[in-house]
Amino acid sequence: MSELLTISDLHVRLDTDHGEVHAVRGVDLSIAPGEVVALVGESGSGKTITARSILGLLPETARATGRVDLGGDDMLTAGPSTLRALRGSRAAMIFQEPSTALNPVYSVGWQIAEGLRAHGVPGRKARRARAVEALADVGIPEPNVRVDHYPHQFSGGQKQRIMIAAALALEPGLLVADEPTSALDVTVQAEILDLLRTVRATHGTAILMITHNMGVVADIADRVAVMRQGVLVEQAPALALFASPKHAYTRELLAAIPQLGGAGGAREMSPADAREPSPDAVVDARRLDVTFPGRLGRPSFRAVHDVDLRIDAGEVVGLVGESGSGKTTIGRAVAGLTRVTGGTLTVLGERIDGHRHRRSLTVSAQIGFVFQDPATSFNPQLTIGDSLAEPFLVHRPDLGKRQTATRIAELLDHVALPAAFARRYPHELSGGQRQRASVARAIALDPRLLIADEPTSALDVSVQATVLDLILRLHRDMGFAALFISHDLAVIERVASRVVVLHRGEAVESGPTPQVLHRPAHPYTTRLLAAVPVPDPTLQATRRAARTTAPV
Amino acid sequence: MTALVELGPEQDPAATPKTGGGGLGRYLLVRFLLIFPTVFFLVTVVFFLMRLTGDPISSALADRLTPQQLQERLHQAGYDRPLLVQYGDFLRDTVTGDLGRTATDNRSITELLGTYGAATIELTAYALLVALLVGIPLGRLAARHRDRIPDALLRFGGILAYAMPVFFVGLILKLIFAVWLGWLPVAGRAGTSTQLFLQNRTSVTGIYLIDALRSGDGGAVLDVLSHAVLPSVALGLLVGGVVLRLVRTNLIGTLSAGYVDAARSRGVGETRLANRHATRPALIPIITVLGLQVAGLLGGAVLTETTFEWRGLGYQLAHYLTVRDFVAVQALVMVFAVVVAVTNFIVDVVAAFIDPRVRY
Amino acid sequence: MFAIFRYGRGVQRFMLLTGTALTALFVLVSLLAPLLAPYDFNQLGDADGLFGSQRPPSAEHPLGTTVTGYDVLSRTIWGTRTALEIIVMAVVVSIVLGVLLGLISGYFGGRLDQLLTGLADAMYAFPSLLLAIVVSIVISQGRSGLFAGLTSAAIAVSVVFIPQYLRVVRAEVVRIKAEPFVEAARVIGTGTVRILTRHVLRNSTRTLPLIITINASEAILTLAALGFLGFGIEPNSAAEWGYDLNKSMPDVTAGIWWTSIFPGTAIVLTVLGITLLGESLNDLADPRLRRRAAAASGGAADAAGVAAVSDPSGTAGISGGSDISGAPGVSGGSADGTRDE
Repeated sequence: MSELLTISDLHVRLDTDHGEVHAVRGVDLSIAPGEVVALVGESGSGKTITARSILGLLPETARATGRVDLGGDDMLTAGPSTLRALRGSRAAMIFQEPSTALNPVYSVGWQIAEGLRAHGVPGRKARRARAVEALADVGIPEPNVRVDHYPHQFSGGQKQRIMIAAALALEPGLLVADEPTSALDVTVQAEILDLLRTVRATHGTAILMITHNMGVVADIADRVAVMRQGVLVEQAPALALFASPKHAYTRELLAAIPQLGGAGGAREMSPADAREPSPDAVVDARRLDVTFPGRLGRPSFRAVHDVDLRIDAGEVVGLVGESGSGKTTIGRAVAGLTRVTGGTLTVLGERIDGHRHRRSLTVSAQIGFVFQDPATSFNPQLTIGDSLAEPFLVHRPDLGKRQTATRIAELLDHVALPAAFARRYPHELSGGQRQRASVARAIALDPRLLIADEPTSALDVSVQATVLDLILRLHRDMGFAALFISHDLAVIERVASRVVVLHRGEAVESGPTPQVLHRPAHPYTTRLLAAVPVPDPTLQATRRAARTTAPV
Repeated sequence: MTALVELGPEQDPAATPKTGGGGLGRYLLVRFLLIFPTVFFLVTVVFFLMRLTGDPISSALADRLTPQQLQERLHQAGYDRPLLVQYGDFLRDTVTGDLGRTATDNRSITELLGTYGAATIELTAYALLVALLVGIPLGRLAARHRDRIPDALLRFGGILAYAMPVFFVGLILKLIFAVWLGWLPVAGRAGTSTQLFLQNRTSVTGIYLIDALRSGDGGAVLDVLSHAVLPSVALGLLVGGVVLRLVRTNLIGTLSAGYVDAARSRGVGETRLANRHATRPALIPIITVLGLQVAGLLGGAVLTETTFEWRGLGYQLAHYLTVRDFVAVQALVMVFAVVVAVTNFIVDVVAAFIDPRVRY
Repeated sequence: MFAIFRYGRGVQRFMLLTGTALTALFVLVSLLAPLLAPYDFNQLGDADGLFGSQRPPSAEHPLGTTVTGYDVLSRTIWGTRTALEIIVMAVVVSIVLGVLLGLISGYFGGRLDQLLTGLADAMYAFPSLLLAIVVSIVISQGRSGLFAGLTSAAIAVSVVFIPQYLRVVRAEVVRIKAEPFVEAARVIGTGTVRILTRHVLRNSTRTLPLIITINASEAILTLAALGFLGFGIEPNSAAEWGYDLNKSMPDVTAGIWWTSIFPGTAIVLTVLGITLLGESLNDLADPRLRRRAAAASGGAADAAGVAAVSDPSGTAGISGGSDISGAPGVSGGSADGTRDE
């Protein structure tokens, strides 16, 4: 079988503000017709650049050498008109953010038809008919009506379907998918992956899947190529790679993934768990309600609806749910960042309702918060040391400069950062280091409650694990209670002793973590669990079979 | 690592598809109703500001009248009553369309608007035309050749257009084309004979070009047009620079948007990407900001009319300023402000019709 | 500071250098006006008698004399002083009030915010020149000496610009107050004043250089326009370019060019210099308008990631901003960081 795509000795250099960056270093990769190849790597591995070179879509500042042979043409040297002719017809691409990849002011049908028009499909009516067909093909209901709708009238998952429809309209042999599910919820992700599998089966389209998610890889890929810092370190059939990874980096990557129900998944009981539950809860929410008022002419939005939540001293409670489930809102309400509009919320003995929403100083001294995005959780104008000093300046002005500095050094030591980092600015730290510093700030005053809002989801897999370990270790040592918010069931399984599952602002299920995650009572929890792809091709295949045959 | 970012409360909370109309009508209604507080606010501010300094009759006529006569005039005009009573009367009169009479030559302001409004409309229309004809193609050119020589030169030109006060541009144009080269007339809206000819016709619109065209007199049309060139160019360049920058910035933004990249990946050509895919989304902010330029255009019209003795409302305003007739000034300023408020509404409506996110 | 001049190539760098040079020249001339100008701005003659009216350029009067009989060169040079004074007054007044109101409006939100932004919006419907006229009438009845003339023009410009500062600062504050680092401070229990000054204000000033330059340009243009309408500063209190242009209008028709060209050119060069400077600074700070290398359009997220070397949060897009504002991290990457991977 002749190869559809052959990349040989691809090098890409980028001009940046920091000088030249050698982003891709000698990549060799080929894809056969109908094959699904996953290109895996963490951020900065060069995987997206490699993918974009296939369609000749490198940024203007990039210089590429080597050969990218797409059905006989070298995409690196092809002229503009050849490139135009081949884009969409021989290979097409779908992107990470379907919402930005669709033009907001044109109907989706028009956008699909534009690709057809570019390739000389005659007749407005004919093109429209083909667009309707393409939409039907990817499972958009009522395609002949929806074809005239605008992107904002579709949900995120539907937008990605439309992107796929647009990409497939000309029946290209290869579909390059750049993180096509990373911006989507797991249940939607599962649907899109199913669609891609169907596409491969019915159209025989080969797929190059760019992803960082090993679960996605296990779910869909025939073959896997692992990239790291611009170099392809390992390439193997999926089963072989998961069973016996050859390269150290691959092994590291696989080991770092928290795996739902897998070995080492469930966390060990900590001494704090063994304590008698104290009668006074750290957090006690009864019929909690948070409604955001609507803007001019828009209805208000009820983000949290009648949620009961109790966190006892020293306990880690996980809040899990998809986007829009209200999990972040609850965390923010507990921290005093969002006004509660109904029900009661008692945090560390202080009651809060609609009228009072600012925490007293004594209570805020006992709450620590770790934010999702370490890039923005530090004031860029202040050094890490200045930011870490803030809790002391507010609550312990008695300490004085010297003692505060000592405490900051201790804190940095607690989170395994060198004391010299106190003098650095946030942008001089890596994402993982910043998140450690963020944890340091949260535990500065020895809090009784730590709220962690998706603390690992902005990090690379290999870094995620270390940050999780850090939080768990600190929890064991310091014995604080924690509210751990995540969309990732595997992460929740690892850290939480109790879990609350949220869906559209309501708590659909709660209980001890093993019970909820292994014997879910609510259909939504079951669906959520089934949608999570596990990084094990064999296991994932059985899970998928179970999911697709199970009654919905 | 996963980019699964939970939506904040401020953002659209649900990924559920929104369907059905009704949104547009409601939006337009709200936007329309917003005109009233704006106008009310402007009118009120102007009224009280102007009255802070005393009454307009004293400032205009104090040197010409005896204190006795002045007192009489003040009493006649009601300026000796409490301020709030005057304000109430003023509001009532304004609502009924009575803008009062000028203090110096006792003309009805409403009549002034009728006589001179057309001239200002004509000038601003020409200028807007010049601005769009110059700004849009050049802005597109700059965006497509972004950061290369043509772009840099055009940007420089745009900045230069902004840096040149419209009256200075007017004086230079006049000096070169009217005085030195003698190609075009120095000032006015038309030659004396044409003016008489046009004014003596029945059913005039006041817009000279239209009147001249309807008269069928080729000489009159040419005369009117030749008078319009320099003022239109002077005022048009001022706004044209803004248009150029606006088009450039927004087009650059949309040209690097993900959806243009996505269309490119499907084989759509660069020209079509620039002309269709990137243009319409850029149009919405362009139109909105352009609406805000109406205020600048009218301010510029006052100066241009003064420079070229173009007898429109701006010229009258400048005249009443020099004779310190603040009753007239106040009324004209208000009229301008109301025009801007209404134009902004119209612009928002146009933008809404282009943007499907508002339309549906 | 050196890094600024390294940025950009060819014509773009030319813009930056021209802007800097013209602005420096303007400031220098205004400071040294007494040394540079051959005569006083209100001098009509010297020991040899009156200068005479509308004299063409000559050895005694390199740029000729005006209709009133002033020396054009001297008035053009002294005019820089008036221009600098109006800039300083207008910018100080607008910036102090505008930033303060923007900060309050953006951070506290609610009714006050609605009221302030509503008023600011209404101001937009008001042609700035007309507003300046009204204010000038209020303050000085349109008959001005130097101080009254400057004050009324400065206040007029401020009235127009306070809403603009308010809007810009407010928008930044609204954005920044939702940033996790501000929320982190709130969770800690940091007081409002401290949050505003230490966290919000320091990060909200990114767009200020551009508005300050626009504000400065607009101050000169407004003062000149008022002068041109005969509403400016009397010629014996100070030299003001707009007034001179107003007096030169009949000259132009008579073909006398030197009375209008020089004050007019002075306005153009001054405004041009300041605007070029502001634009160039803005280019450096605005990630969307910067060269593609760093702006990482669309799917080039990996490129940014590479530049930051195994830094997943996308700080690669930031560095340029830090060069000018001393504000590492505020300009680019933070917003992209969440979507990066």
